Amino acid sequence: MDIDLSIIFAQAVSGLCRAMILFLLASGLTLVFGVMRVVNFAHGSFYMVGAYLAYTLTNYFAASPGRFWFALLLAPCLVSMLGGIVEYCLMRRIYDKDHLLQILLTYALIFVLGDLAKMIWGVDLRIVEAPPVLSGLVTVGGHSFPAYYFFIIGMGIAVACGMWFMLRYTTFGKLMRASAEHRDMVAMLGYNVGTIFTAVFMMATWLGGLAGVVIAPTVRLSLGMDMEIIIECFLVVIVGGLGSVWGALLAALITGELYAMGILVLEKYAMTFLFVLAGAVILLRPSGLLGRRVRQ
Amino acid sequence: MTRLVPNRFAPSKVLTAVLVVAFLIILPLCLQRWGSEYYIYLASKVIIWSLFAMSFNLVLGYGGMMSFGHAAFYGLGAYSCALLLVKAAWPAPAAFVAAPLIAALAGLVIGYFSVRIMGIFYFAVLTLSFSQLIYILVFKWRSLTLGDDGIQGVPVPGYISTLDSYVHFYYFALIIAAICIFILWKITRSPFGLVLRSARENPDRASFIGVDLRRYRLAAFTVSAFFSGIAGALFVFMETSVSPDVLKWSISGEVILMGLLGGMHVFPGPIVGAGIMVLLNSFLTSYTEYWALFIGTILILSVLFFPQGVAGIAYEAWQKYFGRSLS
Repeated sequence: MDIDLSIIFAQAVSGLCRAMILFLLASGLTLVFGVMRVVNFAHGSFYMVGAYLAYTLTNYFAASPGRFWFALLLAPCLVSMLGGIVEYCLMRRIYDKDHLLQILLTYALIFVLGDLAKMIWGVDLRIVEAPPVLSGLVTVGGHSFPAYYFFIIGMGIAVACGMWFMLRYTTFGKLMRASAEHRDMVAMLGYNVGTIFTAVFMMATWLGGLAGVVIAPTVRLSLGMDMEIIIECFLVVIVGGLGSVWGALLAALITGELYAMGILVLEKYAMTFLFVLAGAVILLRPSGLLGRRVRQ
Repeated sequence: MTRLVPNRFAPSKVLTAVLVVAFLIILPLCLQRWGSEYYIYLASKVIIWSLFAMSFNLVLGYGGMMSFGHAAFYGLGAYSCALLLVKAAWPAPAAFVAAPLIAALAGLVIGYFSVRIMGIFYFAVLTLSFSQLIYILVFKWRSLTLGDDGIQGVPVPGYISTLDSYVHFYYFALIIAAICIFILWKITRSPFGLVLRSARENPDRASFIGVDLRRYRLAAFTVSAFFSGIAGALFVFMETSVSPDVLKWSISGEVILMGLLGGMHVFPGPIVGAGIMVLLNSFLTSYTEYWALFIGTILILSVLFFPQGVAGIAYEAWQKYFGRSLS
């Protein structure tokens, strides 16, 4: 089999884009799990709502040349507010109950948010245009890429750096890490753990919404996009280790590239590679690449 | 005198059993006379979903494991049955036996990975992911499964054909489901079922007394997949067609809701849930296209306000009223 090196290079770049989107999503998923000990199954739904909001907002500001940037600014905030409402009105009621019920609640939200999106935006495929600045092509290494790809990669790097700074140097970041370790101790020191949870959940849904807006110009928006992405996200957090942000980054890079290369080998079934990887991680290193040791 | 061992053949129990059996036997005849074929179809559907929900509840209610991927086994049972009949031209009984075995094999493989890491989160995440993988594979493997066109015109033997009437199929499904549910009942009462329940109640203690939790959970999961496969095969005999919709993640959600709504800690609970859901589905989908919104809302309400389910509430009321336990 002769594979052109330049094709591999092209795939590597698009794999990097995919990895960055996956990181934006998986970091939110893993933050919520790390701090709140709940897997948010509806994370993909928030991402979908973010993408559809980008569609609505770019149409609303259709006259302005900066419409995409408005959407990029506003849509994640709206998604985050939705997340805050969900956390405050629903999740908060069952933190002291069985874990089974907690995941059922977030699972039920996939149904609800999915159908609400269907009600608001309908079943037609929707398109969001990239901003004019980024709609051109950029030639790197003899290959032309949409300039938008580099914007996605830049966003991923920016969010990773921002998250590193926040977790390490801000009070909120320290509180988050502390809540993940000893929730009771944080409460005893006089912090309102409930508020921290709401804030973390809002931040995670903000990231989810951001991922939705960022990916919107590269795909056609459809109602199934929530489930499609959440499965990949789950594989990323399993490989990286549930609860670890840097594990999510590493795993997102690996899975993004693996998928991009897998397409060259098995076009239709490239997804299987991700499952093989996740299966291997479960067997060889159940806690994930960078995760804490979990109870066996 | 309080009996430690409940009387298995107390007159009230025998009477209830006789009444239930008589009702189930007479039902299609009454429906045929005063209702329409559509109601017999619905009744058959309730039977199939009851079996599916009961087998699912072995995992959720008795094993305490949240499987978000049971549609995989139901769908694999349906697809294997349909493919064996259409592509391999197997005789119907052989296909009907092989289909649940294939589902159980898938259950064994998926379960093997899913029970490896303790904690309900990994289990839920992995079962959902694997079932989506199967959905994607069936969807994309057009040369075998015809993709989203589905398989139409599955040859069904004459004695259970639904061409003229659903009555024969109803009795067939009733007998199969009754046998399977009886076996499931025996399993939950067996030492195996008791260990499984103890592992749900307190995994630490169960493992301290030497229970290999993983093995028990894997066994329960595989058995559950087997019976879900039977439900899937029954579905094919009834519909004579199958499409990737049977593998969709929302099917898993529906079966979860049946277990939860009916009552996952009461043995016949899921049957109650299946009855409610199938009837509501046929009623509501003629008015609205937002069935998922409805499922999600009921799920949220059940989780928040009555996690013990309808049968659970009835059971509690019974205990309060008569001051003793049913079994």
